[in-house]
This record gives sequence, structure tokens and C-alpha cells, in this order.
Amino acid sequence: MASDATLTADDVMIVNAARALGELARAGRATCFVGIGLPSTAANLARHLYRPAPVLIYESGCIGSKPSRLPLSIGDGELGDTADAVVSVPEIFAYWLQGGRIDVGFLGGAQLDRFGNINSTVIGSYEAPKTRLPGAGGAPEIAAAAGRVIVIMRQTRRAFVERCDFRTSLGFGDGPGDRKKHGLTGGGTRLVITDLGILEPESGTCELVMTQLHPGVSRQQCLENTGWKLRFADGLNETVPANDDELSTLRRVRSGEAL
Amino acid sequence: MSIIVDLRQAIAEHVKNGMTVAMEGFTHLIPHAAGHEIIRQRIRDLHVIRMTPDVIFDQLIGAGCVRKLTFSWGGNPGVGSLHRFRDAVENSWPRAIEIEEHSHAGMAARYSAGASGLPFGTLRGYRGTDLLDLTENVRFIDCPFTGEKLAAVRAINSDVSIVHAQRADREGNVQIWGIIGVQKEALLSAKVAIATVEEVVDRLVPRPGAVVLPAWVMTAVACVPNGAHPSFAMGYSERDNDFYREWDQISGDRVAFEEWIQRHVIDTPDHGAFMHSIARAPSRGRNGI
Repeated sequence: MASDATLTADDVMIVNAARALGELARAGRATCFVGIGLPSTAANLARHLYRPAPVLIYESGCIGSKPSRLPLSIGDGELGDTADAVVSVPEIFAYWLQGGRIDVGFLGGAQLDRFGNINSTVIGSYEAPKTRLPGAGGAPEIAAAAGRVIVIMRQTRRAFVERCDFRTSLGFGDGPGDRKKHGLTGGGTRLVITDLGILEPESGTCELVMTQLHPGVSRQQCLENTGWKLRFADGLNETVPANDDELSTLRRVRSGEAL
Repeated sequence: MSIIVDLRQAIAEHVKNGMTVAMEGFTHLIPHAAGHEIIRQRIRDLHVIRMTPDVIFDQLIGAGCVRKLTFSWGGNPGVGSLHRFRDAVENSWPRAIEIEEHSHAGMAARYSAGASGLPFGTLRGYRGTDLLDLTENVRFIDCPFTGEKLAAVRAINSDVSIVHAQRADREGNVQIWGIIGVQKEALLSAKVAIATVEEVVDRLVPRPGAVVLPAWVMTAVACVPNGAHPSFAMGYSERDNDFYREWDQISGDRVAFEEWIQRHVIDTPDHGAFMHSIARAPSRGRNGI
């Protein structure tokens, strides 16, 4: 294990998200629609760590971007300069996402509920919001059409809620059968990577259950930081600690050093 | 008569109180200078449309120009909240604004329909989300061939659409390249199409992958170097990420915001003076190099 005192909870999330993407890339499902922030950091880490590398697609129309430094926004010049192709915004959503060419959607949000639905619109009521969030962006259709969705979010009682204040993007709706009822073509929220561990939908109920804990994290901690009656999978796994290669690559991805 | 005009004249002639104005540019080529000119001319009660209302719409909202906002994602990319937008929505300051929100895919389909002269666009979207309850402009239709239920979204046809582009020739043919966003659709769906450009050249050299809007679909073209700042124009300027971070401070406080708008936008005669007043060197390449 890398005995690195500076390893943060975000680092653990990012490394595990990169691993998940790397695994999918090895299985040949590697086109990834990337949101900015933690998803972009994780996707770029995976691009450096794994072969075949995942193909990064940004909603600004950049396909196959290979940025040398982490972009601040989804439309940084670097993303266009290093892309295999740059297409218009209507095209990226119509031909590439709706057309079924995206294997993985990488999303974050302000709230997540036990069926993997995501809120990125408002906290509180819509008419008199406690907090006005940025809104939907590309998320609803990514959640609808990507082969699977990986969510990266810090696990807290405020964020992991019984029911989202606003349903911006659909996971499994109200439970089994809902995606089909709504005609959604993608696989929905299949993996939720947090600073405490990993949640996956339970087959049969579609409810998110804890399937993996990061090193040093207790079940009690997970329960305290989840707003619904969280359950744990049989045969709960423990996360393999981040290794030196992952951590040094992450450091270099962040600093923008040549890789 | 040439359609190449001064920005002040283009805005004064074509943007009037109460109009519906779309301003596009997906992170790249955001028409900031045009937005500032709208603020300078104190145009009011606008219904503004933009997929990603970021700093420029934060300024328009904070300056009291906006009655209604139609959008799909409102934030300061990579930095955080739009404080003026939030203050308007949460506290009705400086005035209450109406909002109508969509997804990016929905907005893109609405512009495409507008550009195509169709009353609506279709997509597989919105189903199961709470967005549906908030707008009259999304309905569902049955596909006549497969029976699939699809979202129908009302076309956007703005009174005026404004974009920033790299260059135009003296006739007003406009060339855009790099991240092209939804600019073409925004212009072609509008009654009046305005572009600001980095430079006006004698002859447009064709570029692979570039979008060209012929002069005859444009209403007015104004030469405004650095007109996208703090956004960028590929081949001419870099994104000023520091400014986006600084905006978080400036916009976080009503007084600081008002002082900034007064000093740098209202009290400057044009975009060149604005760039000078915020101490940004007008560094740029020539001919897109």
C-alpha cells in the first residue's frame, strides 16, 4: 500500500472510478461521456493508466480528447485541440449519445436517492429553493441513453437521500421496471463510487446497496452518512488500496506534467 | 450596403426592450462584448436564451436586463455557482426573473427545429424527470412508424441571435471553427442574426471543418477583437481561467458586482476600453494562427 499521508477521500474516489472505467475498457466498452470535475479527473487518470484506454467524449462536441492538463470547463481549448473529432452540440447529443454510441456516462450530482436517481436542479422546493443548482445540462439524456452510468459523489446524509427533492436524471425511477416503462435505452446507474466505498443496484429490487468499503471505513460510518436505510451486500468487499503507480499518475494528471 | 457595422449600432438597431434574444457559444466563442453592449444600452425586459448561461448571463441578470431566462445549465464552469443568477432566482434581486429549463439535448433539438423551419424537434428525452412538469414546451408524441413515445420540443425562433466567431470577410460571410457548439442553429433559427468577429479579412481562406454562415443569412457583423473574453476564440486567444475564478468573488457580493459593472462596462465606451479597464492585454494572433 502506498503509505501516503496526503491521500484524500477524493483521491480514493477518483482512483476507484478510474479502475472501474479501466475494467470496462478492457472488456471493450470504452466510450465514455465525461462531465467536468471529479468525473473528468478520473477519466483522464484511466486514460493514462489503462490499455486499451477509454475514449473520452465531452458534451462540447469533443470526441476522443486527450488533454495534457485537466480542463477547467467542458469546452477548454485543450479538449478541442487534442480531439479526434469535434462536432456540433446538436450532433454530439443526437448522433453520438442518443444514437447509442456511448458505453459509459460519468455523472455527479447534489443528491442521489436509493434508486440511483440524481438531482442537480434544486435543493428544497422548486418555487422557493433552498439552493438553486446549475440544472440538468447533459445529464438527463446521459442517464437515459448511456450503456451504464457511473456516479461519483461524496457520501453524506444530505446528499444520499430517500427521495431526491427534484428528479433531474433517472436511475431506476421508483424501482424495477420503471426504466422500461419510460422507454429509456441505457442501463442506468450501475455503480456509485463514494469516499466511503461503492454502491451497486441490487438485482431484483434495483436498490443501491453497499458492495465495497474503502480501507478503514466502517459499516457504521456508511449508515451515518446515508439518508435511507442502507443495506450491505453479502460478501462485502474491501477496496484494494491505491498503489504508487495510481497515485503518482494522479498527481501528474493534476499538475499537468507530461505523461 | 455592407452588413459590417459597429457593435454599438448593431445592438441599438436590432435589440429592443422585451425581445427574445439567444446568445450562444458553448464555452468557446461566448459573445461577451455583445452582452456588455446590451448592458451599456440599458436594454430591459429581455427573454434571454442560452444553453449554458455562465458569466455573461450572470452579468445581464445582475444588471437587470432580464425578464425571463430559458436555459439548460447555469453555472460558472469549473468554478461553481452563478451568484447573480442565484440571487435573482432565490431572492428576486435585482428583480424577479422567470426561468424555463431544459436539458442540453432538448435545447439542441429546439434550436435545430427552429433552424429547420419545423414547429418542433423530437428526441428520446425528458421521460421520468421532473423537468416535464415545469414547461409547456415539451409534449409527447407517438412515432407513426414504431409507436415509440418520443418527446416533442417546441422550436426556438428568437427575435435576435448573437454569436462570436473568428472572422468574416468584407461582405459579411462568417467563418467559425473549433468547438462550434450550437451557433449555426442559433443563427439560422433567428429573425435577426448578429455576429461579432475577431477580425475582418479581405478573403476567407477555407478551413477544414469550419462552419461558414454566408452573408445573406446574416443581419449584422461587427469586428470586435477579444469579443469573447474571458471565453476564447480558437486561433486568437486563450480562455482566461483566472477571470472565471475572480468572477466568483466579484459576483458574490451585490455591491462589488454593481461597482464592477459600473466601472468596467457602463463607464467604458466600447470593448477595447473594457479590456483596457480590466487590465487584460489584447494579445491575439492574426489570421487564426
